Order: sequence, then C-alpha cells, then structure tokens
Amino acid sequence: MALLTRNICKVFSQVIIKYNLQTAQIGAVRSLHVGTTVEQEGKVKCTLIPGDGVGPELVVSVQNVFKAANVPVDFEPYFLSEVNPTLSAPLEQVSNSIARNRVCLKGILATPDHSSTGELQTLNMKLRKSLDLYSNVVHVKSLPGVTCRHKNVDCVIIREQTEGEYSALEHESVKGVVECLKIVTATKSQRIAKFAFDYAVKHNRKKVTCVHKANIMKLGDGLFLKSCQEIAKMYPRITFETMIVDNCTMQMVSNPHQFDVMVLPNLYGNILDNLASGLVGGAGVVAGASYSPECVVFEPGARHTYSEAVGKNVANPTAMLLCAVKLLHHVNLKRYSEQIRDALNRVLNDGKVLTKDLGGQSSTTEFTTAVIHCLR
Amino acid sequence: MAAQWIRNAVPKIGCVRFYSSKVHKCTLIPGDGIGPEISSAVQKIFDAAKVPIEWESVDVTPVKGPDGKFGIPQAAIDSVNRNKIGLKGPLMTPIGKGHRSLNLALRKEFNLYANVRPCRSLEGYKTLYDNVDVVTIRENTEGEYSGIEHEIVEGVVQSIKLITEEASSRVAEFAFQYAQDNNRKKVTAVHKANIMRMSDGLFLRCCREAAQKFPSIKFEERYLDTVCLNMVQDPSQYDVLVMPNLYGDILSDMCAGLVGGLGLTPSGNIGLNGALFESVHGTAPDIAGQDKANPTALLLSAVMMLKYMGLNEQARIIENSAYETIKEGKHLTGDLGGSAKCSEYTNEICKKVSTLAK
Repeated sequence: MALLTRNICKVFSQVIIKYNLQTAQIGAVRSLHVGTTVEQEGKVKCTLIPGDGVGPELVVSVQNVFKAANVPVDFEPYFLSEVNPTLSAPLEQVSNSIARNRVCLKGILATPDHSSTGELQTLNMKLRKSLDLYSNVVHVKSLPGVTCRHKNVDCVIIREQTEGEYSALEHESVKGVVECLKIVTATKSQRIAKFAFDYAVKHNRKKVTCVHKANIMKLGDGLFLKSCQEIAKMYPRITFETMIVDNCTMQMVSNPHQFDVMVLPNLYGNILDNLASGLVGGAGVVAGASYSPECVVFEPGARHTYSEAVGKNVANPTAMLLCAVKLLHHVNLKRYSEQIRDALNRVLNDGKVLTKDLGGQSSTTEFTTAVIHCLR
Repeated sequence: MAAQWIRNAVPKIGCVRFYSSKVHKCTLIPGDGIGPEISSAVQKIFDAAKVPIEWESVDVTPVKGPDGKFGIPQAAIDSVNRNKIGLKGPLMTPIGKGHRSLNLALRKEFNLYANVRPCRSLEGYKTLYDNVDVVTIRENTEGEYSGIEHEIVEGVVQSIKLITEEASSRVAEFAFQYAQDNNRKKVTAVHKANIMRMSDGLFLRCCREAAQKFPSIKFEERYLDTVCLNMVQDPSQYDVLVMPNLYGDILSDMCAGLVGGLGLTPSGNIGLNGALFESVHGTAPDIAGQDKANPTALLLSAVMMLKYMGLNEQARIIENSAYETIKEGKHLTGDLGGSAKCSEYTNEICKKVSTLAK
C-alpha cells in the first residue's frame, strides 16, 4: 500500500514538474500544433489513469519519455481503482474529465472476483458504460526485434465492449443454480459492425471476419452475425467472412496470417485479444484503444495488471509507450508520435536493453532510459 | 456389465481391472463422410492387437420420431445404453430447421457431463509448439450451451448461461479424479469470475471444494484470458485444465491447434449412463471414399476408450505403434505432409502392433 501511495505521489509530482518545465516552453512549441484538440495555451490536455499493478510504474516511464521529448501534453492524473477503493477518485469525476479532454491514457484496472458490497459490475464496465466506450481496437502486429514463434502477424481485433457476457446481470434462482444473462442487441451489434467496416476502409484493409458461436447460441450470436452480414452488404469492396470462435482460436495459433480485421462480441474479443497478444510477445508489447463516439481511451491491448511484479521494476513499458504513441498520433502531434515510435523500435531492434518478458535482463527504468537516449 | 459393476465397486484398486478373455461389446457409430473409412481402419488395428471387443455397428441417420421431429433412431440409443460404451466417427449436423444437432442429442441422451481432450505434441509432426501436454476437461451439459434464449423485444436477445452447483462439482471432482488416475500433477480451474462473479464464482467455489478432497494434486485458478495468453507463449506450464462449457470448447480447440489440428487429438465424453469416445474433426466430404483420410484422432480416441475399460495393455501397444509410425514419418497421410493412403498408414500400424502383441 505504501508502495502504491509512493508511486501515485511520484506520478503527481512529476506532472507538476513537467508542467513547470513546459510553461517555459509554451512559446516555442505553440507553433507546432494544429487541430481542434489543442488547448489554447498550446498543450493537449489528457486524462491519465495509472491503474493497478504495475500501471503506475509504466506511467512514470511514459511521463519520463514525454518529458525528454518535450511533448506538449498536459496530463490530468486520477487514481482509479476497484481494489483500493479508499484511494480511488470518484468514477464520475474521472469520466467527466475524460469527456472533457476527449483523450485518456489508462493503465489496467484490477477486477477482483468478489465485491464486498455484492456489486456485479466492475469499475471497468462502469467506466465503459458511462462514457459509452463501445469499441475496443487492438492492432496486433509483430514488433521488430521481438522474436516469437509466429512472424509477421498483423491483424486488428475489434471488440464490442458494452454488452454481451459483460452485462453483469446474474441471479441465483434457487441455491446452487445461477443464471447469467448475455444480452445482444441489434443496435449495438450493427454499430460495432459498422465501426469495423469503417475501420477497414480507412486503414486500407481488405477483409473483415465476424467471429461468433451462432451454431450454439442461435438467437444471441445469431443476431450479432446477422447484423454483421447486413452491414457487410454496404461495403462490397471489403471481403466478409464468418468464423466460429473455437475454430478461430485454432486458426489463430496455427495460421494467424489469414486474419485481417476481426469483429467480435465482448467475451470472444477478450479471448482473441489475449491469444493474439501472446503470439507477438505477450501483454507487455501490445497497445489498444477504446472508442466512444466522443472520446478515446488508450490502454494496453491485453489487460493484465501484472500485480506480482509491483515494485520490482521489471515490467515492460512497451505497450504503454505504444499507447502513448497512438495517443499522440490521435491528437495530431504526429512528429512526437513518430519520434517516440522510432526510438522504441530502435531499442527493440538493438536488442541490448530488453525487459525479462522479451528475454532480456534490463529493468523498466533501464529500458525507459534507453528509449530516451534513442530519441532523435 | 458385470465387469462394469466390479470396476465401479472397487474404483480404488486400479490394477485389478479385468484382464479376462471376456469379450466386451462396444457400440460403433461410423459417422458420415470419411467416418466409415477411419472406423474400419480402427477396427482393423484392433483386430491386429487382438483386443477383446466385439463391435456393434449402428446407424444414427436421423429418423422422424412420433412427435414429428427428427432424431436418433431408437435402436442406436438402445445399443449404447446396453453396452454403456461407444466409439463415434464424425457426424454431419444437418443445416436447417427441425433437426436437432445429433452431437447435442447424444450428449443429452447419455448424460455425458465431462468432455476430456488430451493434447500432446507428436514426435515426427513438427509444429511451432513441441512441448504441449495438456488435458482439457470441459463441463458438457450446461453453461452457455443451455440453449435457453429468447428475444425480449425486437432486436434485443437474452441468452442464459446456466451454472449449477451439481454439474460444477461433478465435473470438478471428475477432473481431480482423472488427474490422480493418470499421474497428473496439477489441475487448473479456468474461469472468468472477475466478470461473471456469481456464475463463474459458483464454478470456482465447486473446484475449490473438490481440490480439498485431493490434497496430492496441486490446484490453481486462472482467468481465461490469462490462460489464452500464456498457453501460446509457454504451453508447458499447464497440465489438467477444468472449465465451464464455452471456455472448454474454445480452449480445447486452441490446444488442438497448437499440436497440429483436430485430426490428431482424441476426445472422450464421460457420462452417468456410459461413455462415448469420438473424433472431433469434420466429415471432410471432399476426400471421403478416396482412402486419403487420417484415422489418428479416432484411433487415439479408441485408445482412450480401452484405457477407460481397463484394457491398458492393448491401449499401450496401439498407442505406441501409432506414435512410432508418425515418428518414423514414412507412412504419413496427406494432412501430415505425407503421401500415404489411409490403408497404408493403417497397415503400418497393424504391422507394429502385431510385433508388439506377440
């Protein structure tokens, strides 16, 4: 707990230091910015949720890199946590901040198996629902310098994340018999399908695969499948495929190259996100983003708090840095975005300074320092 | 029947299983597509090994029942009920309304509550993963596959996942018993109780309770997503996995993918009224009747069946012969990158079996 508090203090104090540093540079940086998301004084405001587990350590890493690159982003940090309710900021305050800033960098929130108050919804679900973060996009791409069994993996996993199995509607009808409802609606299924096809068009992708289990859940997943098929008709230039989820996982581990853009209901998305992340190097190297019609939350693609490594300085900040890179790209600070991505790629390619998950021996701080040294 | 009773009555004394020359009757459902060819391959190998089994071949082509619905013919049901044990090839599920999935029907009919799928890397068939040795045990009667669904208003569907204490405890205890009987060290309960706190929470609680009855087996709990992530990075850290229906479906296929696909992995369904062993691959209508199919999955399923019946010696001989043939790599079928016919592969195994069985 003390450690956690210390980390949070660190995050806060660094933001203040950075703020002081950057106020001096406002004049210099202002001319670089274009776009609507930029605040008047030349800085982009961004909500920051360090999350649980190693989150705060990784956020420090991102902040150090931002500081070194003089990135004109002003973080608004909130500590949000379900496992540490006393330290957590109220959800409403956090979601208001995100709604106002329209961008957020978020670590992973731990979700315990039990809730002392019998609450069925997790904090993550509440946050997603309150902001309507309906679409989670994880671009799984093999990184340079990271050796894995599978080479050249490149697929985009788009997951609906406001309904389905994560509806938190459960009840015990009689003792020992529990019903858990999975809700699928046509509106939300069509919305995510449309999102997936739009994504494919925008990013020059050729194929969208709808993953389902409609052979068993004929109505629920059937509705999802039907919605995807309807939307697919509007995009004749994008190939549309369907695949049953169990076959999909099997195909993913044996031949991941056949996939391009995939669109999935909530739980299957969670499974495939993790599976695909495992193929390219694990939870520490894959970035993701959750979109609502209004705002974007950037968070690692495979959601693991890695709580056993807290304070050991061994976590891999790559995923978080890639999230930050995506964030900078999104707020139109492309120069900084490319600068940090190049530095990161250089470090990974050199392979001298790697964290343990990638077979190296270096610590989080050493990795971060290496990235900073490679900034050009 | 008597042997079955004896085995049930003295479950702890594993070695006193029947080695007598008594002939066991066993129902065979050859299935569709490549089913008949691979079934006869298995029969041939069993003959070579002089397994004391008499096959009772039945047809499960759906017939129209008195209620107007298509279903399994009564003769087939009677056969499995009488023999309590069956081997089944791939079945085609007819697409269209009015047909119940035959697989599902068989599952319901015999109360097959646990699906066991061992996945092992095979020497001689190279995949990206060479250290896989996991067994997935899947609850097979409820969960997401309860089939309770309805459309509340237009465009809003509610599917119910049903988890009961009875079924969860049953499969959890089976998993630990299986681990103990097969010299396995660890059972991992795979769940998503952080999201589905009551339903998966109940499943998890049942696993914990079962774990206490088997103190010699290590027990751990893992989230489904964590297992997926770790499985593709380092499959050797898992041993026996026990989980609810849907997760089992997904993970068992994924593990099969790690070792080379469904053509190589056996499957057994253990139930209250009997046990049914099957190959889970498709009917492959494109190569049906051309002597090209790979009978390995069905053969290994049959080996699982022999072990279940206590015919361990024959099981060992057949299993080793099959592994040896694949390892040599001279007589592989097309799906494994070879050019041998199904019959050539079968003959090679038979040859090895007869040498070993002497």
